[in-house]
Amino acid sequence: MKKDMICIVCPIGCHLEIEEDEKSLLGFKVTGNQCKRGQEYAIEEITNPKRILTSTVKIKNAHLSRLPVRTNKPVPKDKIFECMKEINKVEVTAPIRVGDVIIKNILGTGADVLASRDM
Amino acid sequence: MLSYDIVVIGGGPAGLAAAIQAKKSGIDSILILERDRELGGILNQCIHNGFGIHEFKEELTGPEYADRFIKELINMNIDYKLNTMVLDISKDKIVKAINSKDGFMIIKAKAIILAMGCRERTRGALAIPGTRPSGVFTAGTAQRFINMEGYMIGKKVFILGSGDIGLIMARRLTLEGAQVIGVAEIMAYPGGLARNIMQCLRDYDIPLMLSHTVTEIRGKDRVEGVVVSKVDENRKPIPGTEKYFECDTLLLSVGLIPENELSKKADIELNPVTGGPIVNESMETTVSGIFACGNVLHVHDLVDYVTEESRRAGENAAKYVKGKLYDSGEIIKTIPGKGIRYIVPYIIRLENVRDFVNLFMRVDDVYKDVKMIVSSNNITIKELKKRRLVPSEMEKITINVNQLRGKGLSDITIRLEEDADI
Amino acid sequence: MYDIAVIGAGIIGTFIARELSKYKLNIILIEKNNDVADGTTKANSAIVHAGYDAKPGTNMAKFNSKGNPMFDKICEELDVEFKRVGSLVIAFNDEDMNTIKELYDRGLKNGIPKMEIISGQRVREMEPNLNSDIVGALYAPTCGIIGPWELAIALAENAVENGVELLLNSEVYNIDKTDFGYRIFTKRKVIDAEYVVNCAGLYADEINNMVASPYFKIKPRRGQYFILDKSAGSFVNRVIFQCPTKLGKGVLVAPTIHGNLIIGPDAEDLDDKERLDTTADRLQYVRKTAMKTSKNIPFKKVITTFAGLRAEPSTGDFIVEESKEARGFINVAGIKSPGLTASPAIAEYVVELLKDINGGFKIKEDFNPIRKRMIRFDKLSDEEKAELIKKDSRFGRIICRCENITEGEIVDAIRRKVGATTVDGIKKRVRPGMGRCQGGFCSPRVMEILARELGTDVSEIVKDSPSSYVLVGRTNKGLEKNLRG
Repeated sequence: MKKDMICIVCPIGCHLEIEEDEKSLLGFKVTGNQCKRGQEYAIEEITNPKRILTSTVKIKNAHLSRLPVRTNKPVPKDKIFECMKEINKVEVTAPIRVGDVIIKNILGTGADVLASRDM
Repeated sequence: MLSYDIVVIGGGPAGLAAAIQAKKSGIDSILILERDRELGGILNQCIHNGFGIHEFKEELTGPEYADRFIKELINMNIDYKLNTMVLDISKDKIVKAINSKDGFMIIKAKAIILAMGCRERTRGALAIPGTRPSGVFTAGTAQRFINMEGYMIGKKVFILGSGDIGLIMARRLTLEGAQVIGVAEIMAYPGGLARNIMQCLRDYDIPLMLSHTVTEIRGKDRVEGVVVSKVDENRKPIPGTEKYFECDTLLLSVGLIPENELSKKADIELNPVTGGPIVNESMETTVSGIFACGNVLHVHDLVDYVTEESRRAGENAAKYVKGKLYDSGEIIKTIPGKGIRYIVPYIIRLENVRDFVNLFMRVDDVYKDVKMIVSSNNITIKELKKRRLVPSEMEKITINVNQLRGKGLSDITIRLEEDADI
Repeated sequence: MYDIAVIGAGIIGTFIARELSKYKLNIILIEKNNDVADGTTKANSAIVHAGYDAKPGTNMAKFNSKGNPMFDKICEELDVEFKRVGSLVIAFNDEDMNTIKELYDRGLKNGIPKMEIISGQRVREMEPNLNSDIVGALYAPTCGIIGPWELAIALAENAVENGVELLLNSEVYNIDKTDFGYRIFTKRKVIDAEYVVNCAGLYADEINNMVASPYFKIKPRRGQYFILDKSAGSFVNRVIFQCPTKLGKGVLVAPTIHGNLIIGPDAEDLDDKERLDTTADRLQYVRKTAMKTSKNIPFKKVITTFAGLRAEPSTGDFIVEESKEARGFINVAGIKSPGLTASPAIAEYVVELLKDINGGFKIKEDFNPIRKRMIRFDKLSDEEKAELIKKDSRFGRIICRCENITEGEIVDAIRRKVGATTVDGIKKRVRPGMGRCQGGFCSPRVMEILARELGTDVSEIVKDSPSSYVLVGRTNKGLEKNLRG
């Protein structure tokens, strides 16, 4: 069965079509992508959809009360709300540097939560 | 009186890139004036990812993208003043600004780069009827409250407008525990990037209602609900299609307007279509030595393009200071033809272009399978096939100047045509 | 025990309270809302009328013509911006010209100075943006523009400086006649006063009915307006009226004292005294009608729309009198247009009424008519700006970038007597959020300053009424917990 999707890997937003293809090594045939990441995305989106999660954590002794954070890898889509619960538990203290690990391997997903800026 | 070769107004992505490039082009005396309490501009509140695809070939969050430029700027020892508001600029490039520390400043500049960014369209500008309760926010204001100040703005939210900030906020509000009950878009197509429709709405089952708008706001003290109506092809609400949605918050993502109050003070000519200054290939406005870049010039979809454009402004401001920007009077005008809303730049002086000139534009509707044709006097200069064009995304056409040079062209037109080959 | 209780802190109540503060009296000014100038006073055309409209012999005519010339002195004393820009009532045909002649004659009878009937040609010379089919106009140079809420706030502040007690958040729900005068029951406290002045605006009938039998009714008559950006503020130089109709003075186009353009109102009789919503059809009517004055009005520069409710009395005229059934209970009711213009004259008259009832009041020798000067940073010269920032660095921090309003001005608006406690309260006093961004950039900063000055958390700051909360709590609290209900 053919499935339409819009690639979210980058803001270009390619319109992809994916269908199962036994002849292909990957098991799927993807069209409409401008780069290889589009193909990977389409297959992953069908088999195990993942998203980069961005949010904030509480921070003390800084000029703002929230520090922006991100996961360094996509996390499974169905774990996003659980990850938010973990993120909400955290409070850090300034100074923080961009890239500092705020939560290591969040919920065993293999993704770390990193600070998005100095503060 | 202070004196600088180049004064950059605004320390967001445009101002940062322009200042850095000006420095790299050999100008040491540069000052950035930033009204906020830190550099980085609106990127600081855009904590989502998606920045830097073209620039860094990776996906950064807004703060990460800003961070790279801020660090580069600081390493280059470029002067900047925070919490500083520019009150006035003049044609002869005198800048008046204030802050708490330095007081009232008069700064003489050889060149000025305008990088003030844009502001959001408001409920008032749309004249949405109804009461005037609390709980009506522009998406950017909500974003600042949530992402920087750490305050929630509502628990049951309706969003008007499918611009990118609105879509991003739909997801952000959902993640923070609010219920986003729907997004209405007056046009028949979404205002934001396709990937944001997918990952911000579709992922969280938030309905998108195209060709719909909010026709009434209800609630005496705080928003209690909104009436949403379907609109016809002229964007007029269709009577009888009203639907009431109970909510405590209305978020508006209904467009951005370049902020050109200062530009007007220096008598800089603006284009009514973009709301930004008319510029030439060097990003110079109609006032010699005053340059403009970023969202003050025209609203961009990707910050990467802002950076690219602003570098050009910085480089050319440096040339101007060094007397190396030429103006012999020979110009080629760019004319938006069928299907094109506007083109930046508006004027090309070939003597200032080395190899290529980049033209940025937006289309006026959704198009499928068309050709973008650059022509002059009915002679085609360049042709590009496009499977899909949407007004929410900027298009860029690069033209090799050799295709323009020595032909005595006075203008070039860009238009869309149906692609018969498909 | 108070000598006098004034109910309602709109333009009328604040004017009367300030006028009374010239005497050795114990005065309380009672307001149901959390700020003064919160009803009709904050939503109207903001015009000081010349005074040719009202029928000679009516209270409206009497107080209008007397009130208009009083504005220069009072605005000087209280440091309130006021400009006599003049007005035109334009005519499109002979019938209109007849109306204009009638107005002119009325004006003469009402004692209005310097009026002139002018030609269409002259109209276009004075106002080049008006339509070419205008055949003539009544020109009245004494018409002025003002911020009515700013005047009411200034009056309240000056009254409080001169000893008046202001009681906010105190809706009057009952009044008993007593041996000494009146016992007034409010949500916050019980107040005893010898005399009562009822300036309750739309609710003046209900206040009267608490002590006397009903003899008038106040009906809300809604009017809707557009406000255009400052870049359209000089579209007209004067207040431009069309010929009046039965329902009112018609749709006007005028510059505001703050440099914007105001267009409106329509007139619509309602029953609900809280119906402050705007409606698409009525706004469309205002727009269409205004286009008769000028087809070039740049409506794409609209920055906001609003509705106001006029207090339309069943008697058709201002009611300014002692109740026949309640001694020392003064009704000041049905103060529709030209109520703002009439307000200084009404206040003076009410004081005379009370003096007559009481047998005179003792003058307060140390009454100070001068209000502490307002600082309007944007209007200062470069040298003055430099000087001011040197003295107080808070004037070096711009909070509202549309109107160039500094932190210093906002702090002043909070710390003054009758200071602001809400976002809209700040907006009424120093205008951040009134500009083209409508508070988008400055409202988080304004809330921050309010919270700091009032010693509370940002999430406690409200937009306007006590239930108009802006924020619902902190982020990072998880999915259901922290949200306000």
